[in-house]
Amino acid sequence: MRLLCPRPPSLEGMGEFKVHRVRFFNYVPSGIRCVAYNNQSNRLAVSRTDGTVEIYNLSANYFQEKFFPGHESRATEALCWAEGQRLFSAGLNGEIIEYDLQALNIKYAVDAFGGPIWSMTASPSGSQLLIGCEDGSVKLFQITPDKIQFERNFDRQKRSAIHKMNVDRRYMGVSKRKCIVWGVAFLSDGTIISVDSAGKVQFWDSVTGTLAKNHLIANADVLSIAVADQEDSFVVGTAEGTVFHFQLVSVTSNSNEKQWVRTKPFQHHTHDVRTVAHSPTALISGGTDTHLVIRPLMERVEVKNYDAALRKITFPHRCLVSCSKKRQLLLFQFAHHLELWRLGSTVATGRNGDTLPLSKNADHLLHLKTKGPENIICSCISPCGSWIAYSTASRFFLYRLNYEHDNISLKRVSKMPAFLRSALQILFSEDSTKLFVASNEGSLHIIQLLEGNFKHLHAFQRLSGTVEAMCLLAVSPDGNWLAASGTSAGVHVYNVKLLKLHCTVPAYNFPVTALAIAPNTNNLVIAHSDQQVFEYSIPDKQYTEWSRTVQKQGFHQLWLQRDTPITHISFHPKRPMHILLHDAYMFCIIDKSLPLPNDKTLLYNPLPPKNESDVVQRRTAHAFKISKIYKPLLFMDLLDEKTLVAVERPLDDIIAQLPPPIKKKKFGT
Amino acid sequence: MAALEEEFTLSTVFLGAGPDGLLGVEQSDKTDQFLVTDSGRTVIHYKVSDQKPLGSWSVKQGHIITCPAVCNFQTGEYIVVHDNKVLRIWNNENVNLDKVFKATLSAEVYRIHSIQGTEPLVQFKGGAVRGLEALLAEPQQKIETVTSDEEVIKWSKFFMAFKYPVLIFITEKHGNYFAYVQMFNSCTLSKYTLLLGQEEKSVIQSFAASMDRKFISLISLSSHGCIYETLIPTHPSDTEKNQKVVRSLLLKAVVSGNPRNGVALTVLDQDHVAVLGPPLPASKECLSIWNIKFQTLQTSKELPQGTSGQLWNYRENLFMLHGKFLTVIPYKCEVSSLAGALGKLKHSQDPGAHAMPHFVNWETSQGCGLGSQNSEQSRRNLRRRKIEVSLQPQMTASKRLLLAIKKDSEKHIEVELRKFLAMKQTPDFHTTTGDIVTGLLGRCKAEPSFYPRNCLMQLIQTHVLSYSLCPGLMEVALEKSDVQMLQLCLQHFPDIPESVTCACLRIFLSIGDDSLQEADINMESVFDYSDSVQDEKMEEQTEILQNGFNPGEDNCNNCDQELNEKPQDATEEITSCPVIPKRAALLNAVLHSAYSETFLLPHLKDIAAQHITLFLQYLYFLYLKCSENATMTLPGIHPPTLNQIMDWICLLLDANFTVVVMIPEAKRLLINLYKFVKSQICVYSELNKIEVSFRELQKLNQEKNNRGLYSIEVLELF
Repeated sequence: MRLLCPRPPSLEGMGEFKVHRVRFFNYVPSGIRCVAYNNQSNRLAVSRTDGTVEIYNLSANYFQEKFFPGHESRATEALCWAEGQRLFSAGLNGEIIEYDLQALNIKYAVDAFGGPIWSMTASPSGSQLLIGCEDGSVKLFQITPDKIQFERNFDRQKRSAIHKMNVDRRYMGVSKRKCIVWGVAFLSDGTIISVDSAGKVQFWDSVTGTLAKNHLIANADVLSIAVADQEDSFVVGTAEGTVFHFQLVSVTSNSNEKQWVRTKPFQHHTHDVRTVAHSPTALISGGTDTHLVIRPLMERVEVKNYDAALRKITFPHRCLVSCSKKRQLLLFQFAHHLELWRLGSTVATGRNGDTLPLSKNADHLLHLKTKGPENIICSCISPCGSWIAYSTASRFFLYRLNYEHDNISLKRVSKMPAFLRSALQILFSEDSTKLFVASNEGSLHIIQLLEGNFKHLHAFQRLSGTVEAMCLLAVSPDGNWLAASGTSAGVHVYNVKLLKLHCTVPAYNFPVTALAIAPNTNNLVIAHSDQQVFEYSIPDKQYTEWSRTVQKQGFHQLWLQRDTPITHISFHPKRPMHILLHDAYMFCIIDKSLPLPNDKTLLYNPLPPKNESDVVQRRTAHAFKISKIYKPLLFMDLLDEKTLVAVERPLDDIIAQLPPPIKKKKFGT
Repeated sequence: MAALEEEFTLSTVFLGAGPDGLLGVEQSDKTDQFLVTDSGRTVIHYKVSDQKPLGSWSVKQGHIITCPAVCNFQTGEYIVVHDNKVLRIWNNENVNLDKVFKATLSAEVYRIHSIQGTEPLVQFKGGAVRGLEALLAEPQQKIETVTSDEEVIKWSKFFMAFKYPVLIFITEKHGNYFAYVQMFNSCTLSKYTLLLGQEEKSVIQSFAASMDRKFISLISLSSHGCIYETLIPTHPSDTEKNQKVVRSLLLKAVVSGNPRNGVALTVLDQDHVAVLGPPLPASKECLSIWNIKFQTLQTSKELPQGTSGQLWNYRENLFMLHGKFLTVIPYKCEVSSLAGALGKLKHSQDPGAHAMPHFVNWETSQGCGLGSQNSEQSRRNLRRRKIEVSLQPQMTASKRLLLAIKKDSEKHIEVELRKFLAMKQTPDFHTTTGDIVTGLLGRCKAEPSFYPRNCLMQLIQTHVLSYSLCPGLMEVALEKSDVQMLQLCLQHFPDIPESVTCACLRIFLSIGDDSLQEADINMESVFDYSDSVQDEKMEEQTEILQNGFNPGEDNCNNCDQELNEKPQDATEEITSCPVIPKRAALLNAVLHSAYSETFLLPHLKDIAAQHITLFLQYLYFLYLKCSENATMTLPGIHPPTLNQIMDWICLLLDANFTVVVMIPEAKRLLINLYKFVKSQICVYSELNKIEVSFRELQKLNQEKNNRGLYSIEVLELF
């Protein structure tokens, strides 16, 4: 039982919450198949086994700024940048695909007519693509300004040196399989580096076709190789989850004679490292264990700041969960289905940290499978819980839910307008009467929802001069304002009543990671990937006083050093001074009435307060009230004044669903 | 670290000290009691711990004491000289000096020296000395003059060197200084001319001397404030000629030149000197303790009321006249370490000041630009002093040493080497050391009889040598079968080629036990296994089982039969070390050395079969010792590790397997090793099985900790 102890009213500032701690979101990211690094834009393209392609901006705090949804038949086997910043992929369906990085859709797909494509690379000039097909042919494509054009076919010839080289089986190996070369690299000095299934990294002389050097580095396959642009260092990944760094170093100091030396092993993966990349300052690796690991090379990093730290990216930088506050429902988005859950309840109360007995457990209400091979791009449940909308790359779906006691009936709203083919983001208004859709053509649609029907109200067309698709939406609780943001240009605010553009928040150097409009004040709160948070008054068309103060004083060092972006912002209906936000590892309430912390104050104190005066002191110390109890945190929102919902996805649960890693003996050799 | 403690005034009684201060402070026969002679007529007997006088004696009005009173430690009587020639002897019971024993001498007395363990010595102003007994037997005997005309004794000291008393005194004539050393065991008097080097003009203000094994280390403080050291041999090779000794700079500018009352110096211990005098021309006088080894100021104390420029040091007490009062400052000197010596500097730094990173900058240390960038004034001064002090004399010392190596005797080389080593730690120290070793080895090759073992050992122990710096050294040692030197090299050199390691191993295995007994070998890596064997026998058996090896386990049936026939032998082999401890120490040095398998293997093939067997037996014995405890380590200070032992067993077997298989004596050893490997494989496979079980348990445990998929919790944000 909770003891009632009277507290001064000022202390009720933060208050207590009942937290629905949800761990039944059975989300498993797909394994990483390919990574490709683009030096010009410092961006990294990552393709996953389900065909999803993600673009990470390494300059913007490793933010996942774009993604292209996967497709069941489109297993990507190769990914490369060419002609500057154009991105191509090729896969087992035999097609070469170019992605439109502005509109966020597939520009075109060209069949190579060679069966499944296993490899692809761009010529050093970037003007040609070379693919290797299942039938053994190598095909050359010319990259034209708007497409690619087949140029010639290289027949299977036995002339080239690489075919003559015999990769001998590991003499001590137990395996009797043929040795497979998983990757090769051809250096400008004529050296060929091969990595193979026998665990070897071999250096060949391309002129004579002889083996120059052999490194046996693993008991299992070496799957991937990537060479730095300067050709003074390369990285390989093994099926044991180890990444090895090789460097070209002088044999002795002051000597010009250099040789390849295995310098550093890294073990950041548990499973196969399917792909590696080498940026000028970091080794990048990804594989079956779904983590993208960016390991900066300390000797190449000029400033030893927080950017030099190891990054391990596991979760997408967007929300996969939406919530109906009124009916206490959660909608989970998977690649090919949606799940609707009703939260349980309790009548008990307790003290901080207590787990309350459940009077009703959470229910799995609905499992909605998509039709077709395409992955779901986005989904949303309306605040009233009566509507569910989702979109794939080619179709938009809207469902009406009817609740009759415990029975739910689902009815698809048919005859969606033709222009609503694909959405990047869907949002319902607070009163669930309007639906806002950001389409990948760049336009924003407003749809009036009636009982079981809909009416297209308006479409804000793409602003002249912008080519970028909008991927983040926020609507004010009163339904008057709609904010939309792309990845780089500023945030646009539309007046929904007058159906016109109200203003544009000035563009900032870093992409927006989350948006929300506060009730009553209509302040727009914007979080950026460099961990800055801005508050912009929509009626006044200017940054608020608080935001200016924050910018003047600056955020706490530790706040800026967090390595996951803020993915969701919400507000407390009764406490206008509070902003609730979270990233993957913390949940924070910013109390704007309190002083900001400076670098000398303790930002986060994990210890429980010792006594009442400590409580008072901490409550009034600074504006950032942080909790790191729930992690990794995929979603957190306020259900009502006293209730929060937190959706966690423990890493162990993900690992449990992965195939078992290669077993390594701990004892003996 | 050295420290000065709180000072105290010995007596509030005003001493009749003249402008020249006191005549002297001398020890009495009781600890803690001292005789203080003022420059007038009085001798006072003080007890320091009580800070009060026990007695006081004065000569009659008109007389004047000319030589400080001393205590005859053999009789407990006191001796004083007044009016240059009148000698008085008395004891505590006497009240009036006029009524005590009196002897009038024929020559003027310079000093009476008295130290524990020998009779007092009377030194006349002409330099001659007489024992007190001999002098009293015939007071009017003729006293010869040793020194030349106009030569004045400036300072003298009497001390024991290897049970024999030695008197050293310094004379001055026209700005030239001479040192006389009188040895009383051989009755020789040697005269040395002190060469002042570049500082020709300077006047020596104060002297101090200490014994350093075969040398008298004469420390002098010159008028411009520098401290010099002169090494004077106690066993002069040539007494006839007027020899010259050079002084070397120890510390520069510790006091400012030409102070009012002079400066004084005393040696506290082998590394520390106390200096009295103003550190800057205008400043007040200070008592400072300097570490001469590291050339750092350890502590200092200001004496604002001025001193007489005299300083005495007895039993960790420094005596001086501060103002008009005799003041005692006790001190403590600890064994000087670099950390301790630098400690003072660290404290003197501002707490807020940015500390210089302590790393060697190879760029600058090669040239002369070794300037400290630290802005702190005091530190820079010190640093500069250090460099000036150390660089130049070393050049000459090393050059002298290199010259000496070419022609001089081994003894003389040792002397020069000691001087060279006394001022180490310059940037090019290791290259100079390498040159010296190369020089020595060059002469070794030329002259087969020349083998400066001590010098080479000392040089190896400087830790700056490596194999590549003096490649010939180990060859010479191998030639001479000098196992001690080889052990030292193995311990200190990081880069010994495998062929040489193997050659060492060959010698260590083949050298006879009797010649080993004579060698002085560092035994720290060897633990005496013999004593623990009997008591732990029972325990041993069970514990071996724990670590996976049980020699008695009968799982290798046919090969065991032979073993079982001689069970007595088997246990004996296990429990006793197959080699004598000295050989074990040498072999351990080999085990510790670095090697690369590929390069070592071909050389291991060259070792004779019986030696291979012996070494294998020793390694096997070490392994068994290792497996006696749970941590798998050997007792002792620096024992070989299990990995080293196992690696060497594998290496030896790899290199010599066909040979070892053929030797009947090695058969049982091989069987043991085979069984050992087999049992290890068993253990590891068991461990692998257990690992799976543990993982399952861990999974169960995780499930228990799992909080379930859904819960409602209370969160309070602070």
